[in-house]
Amino acid sequence: MSVMKKILSTAAIAAAFTGSAAQAEDMRIALVVKALGIGFFEAAAKGAEEAAAELGDVEIIYTGPTDTTAEGQIEVINSLIAQGVDAIAISANDPDAVAPALARAMQRGITVISWDSGVAEEGRQMHLNPSSNPLIGNMIIKLAADHLPEGGQVAVLSASATATNQNIWIEEMNKVMGNYPGIEVVATVYGDDLADKSYREAQGLMQSYPDLDAIIAPTSVGIVAAAQAVADAGKAGEINVTGLGLPSEMAGAIESGASQSFAIWNPIDLGYSATMIAHALATGEATAEPGASIPMGRMGEVTLDDTNSGAMADPFVYDASNIADFVNIF
Amino acid sequence: MSILKSREMILTGAIVVLVILIATRFPAFVAPSNLAAVFNDTSPLILLAIGQMIVILTKCIDLSVAANLALTGMVCAMINVAAPGTPVVVILIVAIALGALLGMFNGVLVWKLDIPPIVVTLGTMTIYRGIIFLISDGKWVNSHEMSGAFKAFPRAVLLGLPMLSWIAIILTIVFFVIMTRTTLGRAFYAVGGNPHAAVYTGIDVGKTQFWAFTFSGALAGLVGYLWVSRYAVAYVDIALGFELDVVAACVIGGIAISGGIGSIGGAVLGALFLGVIKNALPVINVSPFWQMAISGSAIIIAIAVNTRAGRTKGRIILKKAEAAQ
Repeated sequence: MSVMKKILSTAAIAAAFTGSAAQAEDMRIALVVKALGIGFFEAAAKGAEEAAAELGDVEIIYTGPTDTTAEGQIEVINSLIAQGVDAIAISANDPDAVAPALARAMQRGITVISWDSGVAEEGRQMHLNPSSNPLIGNMIIKLAADHLPEGGQVAVLSASATATNQNIWIEEMNKVMGNYPGIEVVATVYGDDLADKSYREAQGLMQSYPDLDAIIAPTSVGIVAAAQAVADAGKAGEINVTGLGLPSEMAGAIESGASQSFAIWNPIDLGYSATMIAHALATGEATAEPGASIPMGRMGEVTLDDTNSGAMADPFVYDASNIADFVNIF
Repeated sequence: MSILKSREMILTGAIVVLVILIATRFPAFVAPSNLAAVFNDTSPLILLAIGQMIVILTKCIDLSVAANLALTGMVCAMINVAAPGTPVVVILIVAIALGALLGMFNGVLVWKLDIPPIVVTLGTMTIYRGIIFLISDGKWVNSHEMSGAFKAFPRAVLLGLPMLSWIAIILTIVFFVIMTRTTLGRAFYAVGGNPHAAVYTGIDVGKTQFWAFTFSGALAGLVGYLWVSRYAVAYVDIALGFELDVVAACVIGGIAISGGIGSIGGAVLGALFLGVIKNALPVINVSPFWQMAISGSAIIIAIAVNTRAGRTKGRIILKKAEAAQ
């Protein structure tokens, strides 16, 4: 299977190469992903094609290794340098290992940006994060508050008490609590990212706070377990389980009504934005430097910080209306 | 026998005291419906503790139970996704058979190659987790991909209790009969109590250990399906570290790690003791940083009380000398 994929991808690159020779004026942007055949990245490629169609004179080369290794990506990068593409947008398997190859690409005048999973600063011009901690912190409480116009009690189900990202998001959430009057966070419990412990903690929350209106779980294991606990307790529709989760994992919870909505980055938007940025940098419309704003088409613009990285947008909200489109993607 | 009896009585008393203590902080905990829910939640631990007890009785230990559970659960979930019409009975048979097979693999290594059980099961623990990764590609099997019947079985209520609880109750009785009334059941005790004597009575020590691992594996396999169905999700890391809870339940239940001593009642009570603590911690409102310390202390206290009660007094041979002192 992997040999087949390799042949196909090589064929695809070759086809792209010969194809572009015919119309040399097209800008060629390579979207290098962690590995081919992953739904998340296929969706990102879809977004990149959308951006290309919007820009008109852009051709997307969607490529990557057949397994998630840095060596495989280096091979791909070298072949892209040989082809002389105009820009490379990469989601790296290793931030440091691919940096020298990418630095070589930049020396040859190729625009290099990283997205989703970053590259060390010397190996790219800028990095696009899917979101930022303050945006995520705000989003998780907003998801709960949107379904509670009258206010209500919410509880947080986190991973472990020492998980850095979880704690930062919860901290950011607490900072913006003033914007959501009437919403009260009654407890923060820890499910340690174990399905059984998270399930039990969710049961405990329902017992301890009979008037609980929502459970916020910014962890993919926790949100699934909490939704199952709420559904099993017959409280689907009464208690809204929300937070950060993946559409494929949460489809059942949306269906059962245990979860009204949840959020995570949208890979389509991510591929779209990465392509827009790569185009803007390659054409010289924008330069990647601290404080610069780079346009991203329909996604607005991104502002770079001191390390030349920026956040794309709020996490994307998934609910009953759009989950079917994403359930098979990631 | 009277020692075992009293050991179980002490543990029952400890559980009652524990429940009363919890009730002073959170009265709703002692509501019959909640106690039934706690029992249901503890059922997987009870089943695994019974299997582990048999293994420990034969001077072995099975650290691969949680990995076996996860692998069998993943296979069941994948069968369900591939053929959603497969009856639950077939899934149950597959789960038990596959679990038993994985247990037999441990058993053969211990029996025929004479490798220490802790090494064998540490190895297979990793192997089984690795196999899940291989067959699933690291992907999750999610709730919406599982069929309704697959998820409904452990939840189906019969005479007021879910199927999951009934399975634990029925198998507890079955294994009680096996352990006290069958040749094989008694052989488990003999092999652990005095292996040399067991050999002289015509018991094949290795083969008995092999059967102990098979039972443990079969129970782990059964729990694998029940677990995946109950939490409606299967992935590589389910029940990660659960083998330690299972061993702890056995030790609390008075099963001697050195083999030969223990009872089904002890294993069940040990599991219930842990189950009560696990279910109480989320509702009694203590800091998560203290929770681990509390459950650890409870385990140590339970074991300390248990071993003191179980200690047999040395037989005095020279009564005269003792009187002289």
